[in-house]
Amino acid sequence: MNPDMTNAVVETSAHGASVDPFVFGFTVFVLAVFIGYQVVWNVTPALHTPLMSVTNAISGIIVVGAILAAAPAEMNVGSILGLVAVALVSVNIFGGFLVTQRMLGMFRKRK
Amino acid sequence: MMSANMVAIAYLVAAVLFILALKGLSSPVSARRGNLFGMLGMLLAVGVTLTLAGSHNYGWIFLAVLIGGGTGTLIARGIPMTHMPQLVAAMHSLVGLAAVMIAASALYNPAAYGIAGADGSLFLASRIELFLGTFIGAITFTASVVAFAKLQGLVSGQPLVFSGQHLVNLILGIAMIGSGVVFCITGEWTPFLIMTGIALVLGVLLIVPIGGADMPVVVSMLNSYSGWAAAGIGFTLSNNMLIISGALVGSSGAILSYIMCKAMNRSLFNVLMGGFGAVGGSSSGADRVERPYHTGAAEDAAFMLQNAESVIIVPGYGLAVARAQHALKEVADVLTASGVKVRFAIHPVAGRMPGHMNVLLAEADVPYDAVQEMDEINPEFAETDVALVIGANDVTNPSAKTDPTSSIYGMPILDVDKAKHIIFIKRSMAAGYAGLDNDLFYMDKTMMLFSDAKKACENMLHSLK
Repeated sequence: MNPDMTNAVVETSAHGASVDPFVFGFTVFVLAVFIGYQVVWNVTPALHTPLMSVTNAISGIIVVGAILAAAPAEMNVGSILGLVAVALVSVNIFGGFLVTQRMLGMFRKRK
Repeated sequence: MMSANMVAIAYLVAAVLFILALKGLSSPVSARRGNLFGMLGMLLAVGVTLTLAGSHNYGWIFLAVLIGGGTGTLIARGIPMTHMPQLVAAMHSLVGLAAVMIAASALYNPAAYGIAGADGSLFLASRIELFLGTFIGAITFTASVVAFAKLQGLVSGQPLVFSGQHLVNLILGIAMIGSGVVFCITGEWTPFLIMTGIALVLGVLLIVPIGGADMPVVVSMLNSYSGWAAAGIGFTLSNNMLIISGALVGSSGAILSYIMCKAMNRSLFNVLMGGFGAVGGSSSGADRVERPYHTGAAEDAAFMLQNAESVIIVPGYGLAVARAQHALKEVADVLTASGVKVRFAIHPVAGRMPGHMNVLLAEADVPYDAVQEMDEINPEFAETDVALVIGANDVTNPSAKTDPTSSIYGMPILDVDKAKHIIFIKRSMAAGYAGLDNDLFYMDKTMMLFSDAKKACENMLHSLK
């Protein structure tokens, strides 16, 4: 997200007074923890292993950060670190989603 | 190029798709669709990120995705289901390492993230966020590598305990936070690297004292850490989607750790302090007395099963080690075909990670509605003619209920002792991982069948046909 936009959102939400983007992010964080808590308690225990492999894939979302790190036009230590990070989390994204799909395909109801 | 608002909305949609992916797992029926939602969310998030202003190096990024994605795809296709815990641990380590690399890259090149002030230095808030994200990522990385090595059998699963261990960890922890604070104030590389280095060492030291059998808790906990690390990167980037995804994963791992601890009647603190099994209770192996027990052959077991009206099979991880699940499934099929009501009872810690046993049975084509969780099935044991225990031990041990001096006292167990008859398939009279004797072996209604699990199932199948 670009900082101008964050500031715009923050300013409107605070009616002119400026709120630190961290506080804004923290609000989202706390609410998301609550959603996670509710949703995960509803996961059937039989699917706890697929739950772990799919959360592996989802934590691969930091690929967004890795792409930003790899994206600057000038190639330097920073962008190389970014590229390596892209490769590492791609393992998680592809591996996580595909192994989850494979596992879930094994769960069949009685014929 | 998309407007900033469009980007934010697209990220929001991706975050909602991730929530739907987890929500789908509430039932095996909706789970596959949920997983597709997750893939869609990831595709959207990555696609949108690539359109952002200032994105270059598409060729290199594509190559990196190709290498990583190709590797991931090959692993996902080939990995045996018994190796899932290792795979999950390995993936946690990748997330941790990537988080550290992204943080280091942000420190090297703050302008790429829009987190630098006018003079090119980092904002204080960004430094704090980098500090948190980096040390969580670094600990996740090395801790997961050790967990992987233990699960894969590259190093011994025995807890490694030395004197002054906790003191060393405490001093390192303080030193790490200290250099982190210096980094937050100065924003320089030296304290950042010292902090990262200590965090890497701490990750190793935190996991070595924890025994192989406690790895389910550790793997769940590291799942949680990898989520918090992702959320940390989200704070650095002021990206709500990353914060939401990280929080989802973090709370998921935390809940799984809690469930695992509860199923072993241990506190998370107790698990993390490590060294379980080092001290035994009154019924530990050392002062074990010889007691009489009944034995039988596979033919006798088959006869009992055939003449029962209802059978509950209690599988443990030993079943998977012996690769007996397919043979056991055939036994269940033959019994079901001849009118016996067959169900499988799963203890939460039956496998090497949460829900592992369910996957292993599903792989052997056991229908999931024949597999029941402990709380569901426990009241049914009293009505059951034969309980067949195979590759499990401690999770059926009644001393967890009756003997306050037992090291597993208070752990919830499967009420196998209530069944009318019990068949125990075991290699020998050896104790389980907790080193305890099991009173079930010596009951009048128990028949011990000493055999390899796979051989026993094949022989039973032979007699049944």
